[in-house]
Amino acid sequence: MRDFSYLRADSIDAARQAAALPGAMLLAGGTTLIDLAKCGVTEPETVVDITHLKGLDGITVDDRGATIGSLARMSSVADHADVKSRFPAVSEALWQAASAQLRNMATIGGNLMQRTRCPYFRDPANFPACNKRTPGSGCSAIGGVTRGHAVLGTSEACIATYPGDLATALVAFDAIVHLGDRQVAVDDFFLLPGATPDKEHAIAPGEMITAISILASAAARRSTYLKVRDRQSYEFAAASAAVGIEFEADGRTIRDLRVALGGVGTKPWRARAVEEALKGKLLEPDTVRRASQLAIEGAVDHGANHYKIELAPRVVARAILKMGETA
Amino acid sequence: MTSKTRIPIKLQINGHRHELEVEPRVTLLDALRDHLGLTGTKKGCDQGQCGACTVHIDGQRVLACLTLAAQAEGRAIRSIEGLADGDGTLHAVQAAFLEQDAFQCGYCTPGQIMSAVACIREGHAGSDDEIREYMAGNLCRCGAYPHIVAAVRQAALEIASSTETAS
Ligand SMILES: Cc1cc2nc3c(=O)[nH]c(=O)nc-3n(C[C@H](O)[C@H](O)[C@H](O)COP(=O)(O)OP(=O)(O)OC[C@H]3O[C@@H](n4cnc5c(N)ncnc54)[C@H](O)[C@@H]3O)c2cc1C
Ligand code: SF4
Ligand code: FES
Ligand code: FES
Repeated sequence: MRDFSYLRADSIDAARQAAALPGAMLLAGGTTLIDLAKCGVTEPETVVDITHLKGLDGITVDDRGATIGSLARMSSVADHADVKSRFPAVSEALWQAASAQLRNMATIGGNLMQRTRCPYFRDPANFPACNKRTPGSGCSAIGGVTRGHAVLGTSEACIATYPGDLATALVAFDAIVHLGDRQVAVDDFFLLPGATPDKEHAIAPGEMITAISILASAAARRSTYLKVRDRQSYEFAAASAAVGIEFEADGRTIRDLRVALGGVGTKPWRARAVEEALKGKLLEPDTVRRASQLAIEGAVDHGANHYKIELAPRVVARAILKMGETA
Repeated sequence: MTSKTRIPIKLQINGHRHELEVEPRVTLLDALRDHLGLTGTKKGCDQGQCGACTVHIDGQRVLACLTLAAQAEGRAIRSIEGLADGDGTLHAVQAAFLEQDAFQCGYCTPGQIMSAVACIREGHAGSDDEIREYMAGNLCRCGAYPHIVAAVRQAALEIASSTETAS
């Protein structure tokens, strides 16, 4: 790991100013940044430690919704009683991610900013070609081993999967990312790779995530996060679904539905076509399975990741039907 | 390679204050092992994947290999060396690992034990399934998992009953 200067921020403004300087990067839990610095992927000149800042780790939940400070740890949010009861999908996405130790370190702000696990991206010594790391250098994954790569939102420049679980739950419930005074819908915060896969987030140098907020809703209250992976625990998603559902008074007709996919897209993937197809319908297995196929509209595989196109709709259907059972 | 100046830091480890000078990039793991001679905390992957380097910061289990030493300034750090009582009486989790034979080569063991102590304290050791889920961040290449689960289960029961009698 190349050496860097260390600067401990004592205020949000100081952190923003320091992070705006060339080569400077914010350091929160370090579970992405230090990892990638060791891989030689990120080479900060200065790390700006924000973990000693006060007042950014609050979690407030009331009838209107939840506001979570950017320095709140994944573990605190996952275990928060009101997050569990009003936003179960958020809690479940968090406790099924990473490990207990990593969740104690990792912050909500850093979590949104985590980078892809594309093995070529993580290995610059052996794979110099990577458009995300070095724009214009090519893509080592296309034509390589693609088992973990995305099938939705890919481009000719990059097919890397966005690996995070939390953001998948957040896009399902229209969460807002707070960058100080500026607010961005979480769906707009994540960018498609297109021709510029190095640009991943709608955030400018010198901006800092200060909080995320989510509006309360009946669908968020009856929600779940279903994560399917190669081993039962401590693994990224092969495919996952965040689903929230609200029924009419009859308890069977779907009034509101939220569906988002993880592990299959270049960004957290909202599946609005599935939602629209099922609103107003009775929750019945065949109807749900047919509608869930719409989740992978436009999917493109690169060989070894073809299974994701089969898997994702099944995960969506299973999650929706599971929510129906508890009706 | 840019070489940055060393920085002075003060660390509070197992109740003792240590002053050292390190390059900013030095992790807590390297500070413990290479600068302070506390080699009980192990380096497995050095990449946040195996849990061998698990220590407690302000009572929470974390990975020392992804924590900068400088970041840990002002926090209370506890490593495996600080777990037993001053008179050498083993912590309930250490004793349970011995009794259940919960290791083979022993390399992952300090990390497993530090993780288990926190797992029990968090209330995540209620069933074997829960223990498996919440101990998943500690890999064991010898595959001692069934014995590790048994040791955590035993220690959790012992700690629960001793706090009941104490209160
Ligand atoms: C072995 C392993 C397994 C994992 N498994 C999973 C998994 O299953 N699911 C999952 O979702 N995640 C997983 N992760 C990823 C993990 O969740 C992220 O690394 C973590 O959430 C990042 O948060 P952090 O606070 O450590 O960020 P840092 O590493 O400190 O920062 C990450 C990036 O965000 C920037 N940043 C940090 N805070 C802010 C802010 N407030 N505003 C703007 N920019 C900021 C930093 O400059 C840096 O570029 C895993 C990680 C590891 C190492
Ligand atoms: S898929 Fe994207 S991140 Fe992976 S090698 Fe290609 S350009 Fe790089
Ligand atoms: S050495 Fe830290 S997790 Fe492996
Ligand atoms: S006992 Fe050998 S790695 Fe666990």
